[in-house]
Amino acid sequence: MGIRGGHLLDLESLTAEEIISILDAARSFREVIDRDIKKVPTLRGITVVNLFYEPSTRTRISFELAEKRLSADSLSFSSVTSSVQKGESLKDTIQNIEAMRTDMVVLRHSSPGAANFLTRCCDSKVINAGDGAHEHPTQGLLDIFTMRERYGRVKDLRVLIVGDIKHSRVARSNIWGLKKLGAQVAICGPSTLLPYEIEKTGVEVFSNLDKALEGVDVVNILRIQRERQDAGYFPTLREYTLLYGIDATRLKRLNPGFTIMHPGPMNRGVEITVDVAESSDSVILEQVTNGVAVRMAVLYLLMAKEPIADKEGVLTP
Amino acid sequence: MIDLIVTGDNVIDRYNDYSGAGALYISDDKIESFEKQKADPDSVDKNARFIDAGDKIISPGLVDMHVHLREPGREDEETIITGCEAASAGGFTAVCCMPNTRPVIDSQEVVRFILSRSRFSSARVFVIGSISRDLDGKQLSEIGDMVDAGIVAITDDGKSVMNAQLMRNGMEYAGMFGIPVISHAEDMNLSKNGKVNEGYISTVLGIKGIPSIAEDIIVARDIYLSKFTNTPIHIAHISTKGSVNLVREAKEEGIIVTAEATPHHFSLTDELLRSFDTNLIVNPPIRTQADVDALHEGLKDGTIDCVASDHAPHSPEEKDVEFNQAPFGMLGLETSVGLSLTYLVHKGVLTIEGLLEKMTVNPTRILKLPYNGFQAGSLADVTIIDPDLEWIVDASKFRSKSRNSPYVGYKLRGKAVCTICNGKVVYSENSMG
Repeated sequence: MGIRGGHLLDLESLTAEEIISILDAARSFREVIDRDIKKVPTLRGITVVNLFYEPSTRTRISFELAEKRLSADSLSFSSVTSSVQKGESLKDTIQNIEAMRTDMVVLRHSSPGAANFLTRCCDSKVINAGDGAHEHPTQGLLDIFTMRERYGRVKDLRVLIVGDIKHSRVARSNIWGLKKLGAQVAICGPSTLLPYEIEKTGVEVFSNLDKALEGVDVVNILRIQRERQDAGYFPTLREYTLLYGIDATRLKRLNPGFTIMHPGPMNRGVEITVDVAESSDSVILEQVTNGVAVRMAVLYLLMAKEPIADKEGVLTP
Repeated sequence: MIDLIVTGDNVIDRYNDYSGAGALYISDDKIESFEKQKADPDSVDKNARFIDAGDKIISPGLVDMHVHLREPGREDEETIITGCEAASAGGFTAVCCMPNTRPVIDSQEVVRFILSRSRFSSARVFVIGSISRDLDGKQLSEIGDMVDAGIVAITDDGKSVMNAQLMRNGMEYAGMFGIPVISHAEDMNLSKNGKVNEGYISTVLGIKGIPSIAEDIIVARDIYLSKFTNTPIHIAHISTKGSVNLVREAKEEGIIVTAEATPHHFSLTDELLRSFDTNLIVNPPIRTQADVDALHEGLKDGTIDCVASDHAPHSPEEKDVEFNQAPFGMLGLETSVGLSLTYLVHKGVLTIEGLLEKMTVNPTRILKLPYNGFQAGSLADVTIIDPDLEWIVDASKFRSKSRNSPYVGYKLRGKAVCTICNGKVVYSENSMG
């Protein structure tokens, strides 16, 4: 099955079945990228544009690799080297690019809803690669994929997300995806960084990290940005680390067989200590590998209904 | 000589507390006489234009006390002429324009410029000056000089006066000239960078929120200032349950506070923001159902005195952008009557008389406008309303220069069908002949 609407804008509006179909497809693609020849002809002739209006290393490279491994023609655009510097609007930019006959757009942008906006000003299929603090659906999917592969299930897993929930698109996408698949989700962070009425999403809310860690299977640790200190959300990074930094002693409260995750980039020694990040319970690099497979799955499923590709029989991974 | 006769079965004049049949005899720009019975077309001067409104409502001209005309400075978005044409099409014979133009309305020169530009416009323009020079929140504008030039109130609308001492000075100073201060109530530290109401929706959409307390705190402050200085304060675009409660309590205590609500705040909730439609970005933001309910309650019990549109035109290139880059504001003049009838009158929140009171006599009383309803010698400003006419909001039909309305495509029930200003028919639907 494909993805409804022909775009991937968020996980909030997906059904559990749609999420499962992406995760299942990602499993097949994970097998592809572990081969010696890591390439399939699935998206031959399809052109994908990666529009990145915010700095990104991991997500951009991950999308580019996913596109290349599916044999799509892809190109990347970064706002630093483009006409954005000349004041060209997002709408004009996409309409000009699309005039060169592109099929899909991957967008990273600082404004919530930027991907939704894009669907209204072009005909391409749009993948949201992070829009402000709204959502980062492929990150949510790759986090959930990593948990699912490790535990064989998502239902009833106890997942804790720690850190700056207020400004985190990763937290939101994780919450929606995990809740839909039946996980028990909790969040923990300083009260100033927990958004208003977040409990209405069905998560358990903590500000005491030690209490929050009790009986948890997966801890997903978010990056804390220095600018939050400057904006007055907490006094110092030092105090943040004291209250919310994950170190080895705190891990004792977790369930046996626990997993440490982090969407990156890490501030080692701030929200996570080096030994925790590099321990055998950490799947942080595994997440990165899985990211490529998940993005291949999303690209594939969004183009899956194209009849021209069906005829050539290149859609089966 | 009588130039125009307007008659019908359903005159509602809230200035003179009259509902019933009537006939207006208009000579040039004044009402020559008003009779409480229908005029017979066969027994009147044949040279006069005769408008029979039938069972449609004939009201003294409607007033929108909160409008941004954008001239001078942003004539690409609206001009005094086009804004007044939008007012006429929306049933308003008078608008009060806000001072956040470029340059700001902070001197008698700008006041006189606007008044001279409106001399041939299709609606009356009453000018509101700024509290502080260039809206800087630091130094008072030359309020006395502007009063002399004709302003009817002062405000720093668009911004809140964050310095309570300056607000106090503004209120005391304006009090000397008998004009009210209009408060745009927003604690700018609490609302900083916010775009939408802070609540579940802002959390889910990841958009920086403007909390209800940003409004409540300044409304409370300004009520205290009004009480202490014994000068009138008018709360613009009230949007929260907390503020409605504060104004209600203040009124009970006898403090001279009044308030207005906009159609978008009493008809929309932040749930709609899931569409990321930038036309829904307004300041104060559209709030929750509980706030909408509180506004309805406040309109019903008289806590909220006026309906005003906060008509705020913006160009397409400013609004057709990513969500967090779009400016605040939506059009209001051409949908205000339709929305008020649809969401207040037809839903039983207000009677038609109650609504007309909030669009005629109440703004007139607060701003001391030269209107006194249908009496001999009064200004010949009249609005004819068909309360049951169903119509679909169509951007291509807007008289306004801008198009930024989230209501495009909405089906509304009720519309102004004929507008008479200064004794001239300035707008008329086909149905009016």
